[in-house]
Amino acid sequence: MPDPYVPKEAIGHGDGGSAALAIGEAESLERRPGAPGAGPPGPEPLGKPRSLWSDAWHDLYRNPVFVISALVIVFLVIIAIWPQLIATGNPYRADLAKAQQGSQPGHPFGFDTQGRDVYTRVVYGARASITVGVCATTGAALLGSLLGGLAGFFGGWGDTLLSRLADIFFGIPVILGGLVFLSVVTSTTVWPVVGFIVLLGWPQISRIARGSVVTAKQNDYVQAARALGAGNGRMLLRHIAPNAVAPVIVVATIALGTYIALEATLSYLGAGLKPPTVSWGIDISTASTYIRTAPHMLLWPAGALSITVLAFIMLGDAVRDALDPKLR
Amino acid sequence: MTNEDADRRPAGGGTALADAPLLDVRDLRVEFRTRDGVAKAVNGVSYHVAPGQTLAVLGESGSGKSVTAQAVMGILDSPPGFVTGGEIVFQGRDLLTLGREERRRIRGAKMAMIFQDALSALNPVLTVGAQLGEMFEVHEGMSRKEARGRAVELMERVGIPAARERVGDYPHQFSGGMRQRIMIAMALALGPDLIIADEPTTALDVTVQAQVMDLLAELQRELTMGLILITHDLGVVADVADTIAVMYAGRIVETAPVHQLYRAPAHPYTRGLLESIPRLDQKGQRLFAIKGLPPNLTAIPPGCPFHPRCPLARDVCRTELPPLHEAGPGRTSACHFWKETLDGAR
Repeated sequence: MPDPYVPKEAIGHGDGGSAALAIGEAESLERRPGAPGAGPPGPEPLGKPRSLWSDAWHDLYRNPVFVISALVIVFLVIIAIWPQLIATGNPYRADLAKAQQGSQPGHPFGFDTQGRDVYTRVVYGARASITVGVCATTGAALLGSLLGGLAGFFGGWGDTLLSRLADIFFGIPVILGGLVFLSVVTSTTVWPVVGFIVLLGWPQISRIARGSVVTAKQNDYVQAARALGAGNGRMLLRHIAPNAVAPVIVVATIALGTYIALEATLSYLGAGLKPPTVSWGIDISTASTYIRTAPHMLLWPAGALSITVLAFIMLGDAVRDALDPKLR
Repeated sequence: MTNEDADRRPAGGGTALADAPLLDVRDLRVEFRTRDGVAKAVNGVSYHVAPGQTLAVLGESGSGKSVTAQAVMGILDSPPGFVTGGEIVFQGRDLLTLGREERRRIRGAKMAMIFQDALSALNPVLTVGAQLGEMFEVHEGMSRKEARGRAVELMERVGIPAARERVGDYPHQFSGGMRQRIMIAMALALGPDLIIADEPTTALDVTVQAQVMDLLAELQRELTMGLILITHDLGVVADVADTIAVMYAGRIVETAPVHQLYRAPAHPYTRGLLESIPRLDQKGQRLFAIKGLPPNLTAIPPGCPFHPRCPLARDVCRTELPPLHEAGPGRTSACHFWKETLDGAR
């Protein structure tokens, strides 16, 4: 065997450092791209790893859109859990003598047709909306990314089957489907509505998840992991999922806003939440008949709904911008 | 290296074991079944590598050199890629007859692969320490902490300065050459017997290329591994390889010991490749290029696949596929007129 080498001192494993260092010398100067020159300015502690997530966070907390929408959402979540904090009244207490009266001391938003305090009802209504929004989004995101992720990773007939199934669910008109499915339900809890939204919402998430898994699967590092002996589970969980999850988070955040709007729409049509539950959609529905004589009954819950939906959609936008490296 | 590894590895140099190949690929055939037809990417490739030997596989893009390597590693994308024939005998066992799980255990532990672009072959969201350590977690069931210690050792071994501090860094924080060293460290982690390097230096600049090749060659000699070096860079091959196999349209058209091939190619395609290297003493002249394009793999021309581009092509080339002729000791050429080519070159 020809040996064209000038023998170098062997790199043993114990004392390899010094010999190896000599080879690496030329490059050692340019190590740490985060040091002067490259990267954003600022006191960047050396060696502090910056991943996609820490980069995204770095972008987010300096983005006013994110900060405002996040504050609104935190506020909404707090009053959804503890409405008593800012509304001391009882949302069910009706004083028919005051029906449809406008704003007055102690009752800033006025009264509805049954003489209930609109302010208290708007505050208590956040609970239903946030519960439906969060639960439906969680359910749809889990189901959708599980099915979509597996379909994208394994491909084949399962993938085809799932894609066609998703198409079928996509084809169901949301309002019509809601009216048909939910009108047969007698439960007054939020769960039938949550279930219905998950049922119609997962195909959207699963398409996104499938797409990003298919993209991530083609990356060289997945091939490399396979070449180094990783099994399917390890490749999917450790190498593909963290690189495919960002689009799912973005779509889910935006979907949360639209799910809240959908709940209100269904409740407005009488197919969503049922009356003992306090819901903006139900109140809007009742108030719409009196829009000429007592517009305040409609405007306050509608305003609360709009702000909530807007906050989630803006949050989703901000997250998308932060997680998309191409926009950096 | 553990003691066990050292025991398993034969003591002497590569030459003594040349007749007991580490890897013996026999008449391998791979095709891709696509909507546009069947692309025959590998059409009967045979080569073998002995422990400590370096085989360079040379060819243009689409010649099947990478696909052959993927088939050997068992990481062919299937579907659409299918191995349709041949044998891949590795350490006496035909890999194509093994089960999925057995093959997975061989990957990484007994044979490993180095990829072209280390930036895309390393997972951007995991630290290099986690990725190096993963090798030990997957194959040896080591704890994360132990694996991290081994990762630092490996990084020192491939010449990464300040390995202990850098083990928690992400791939994008390293320079190109350093990343390729980490790729090499990953491949070497478990002391494999065979390394397949798929254009390991193509993405690097020239000075770093030389350092990385030196490192690879040094480690290979030290550990007596077989090395398959896939490349289209004739310069890289000259210093490192023992034997060269030139591929064209999914076939090996010529094999020869490296210096003989450079001195006197026995196939017109090899001669064309050698003549198309830019040379300093020809400054100002028009650069030689092989006429035409590599064949479409869904419609490989009948006869010798190179005949439409070959300056020596005659009638027999259009109808008859040339077999691999013995063209001297340790040399083969798949050309009907290998003798003339060889004489013409001398």
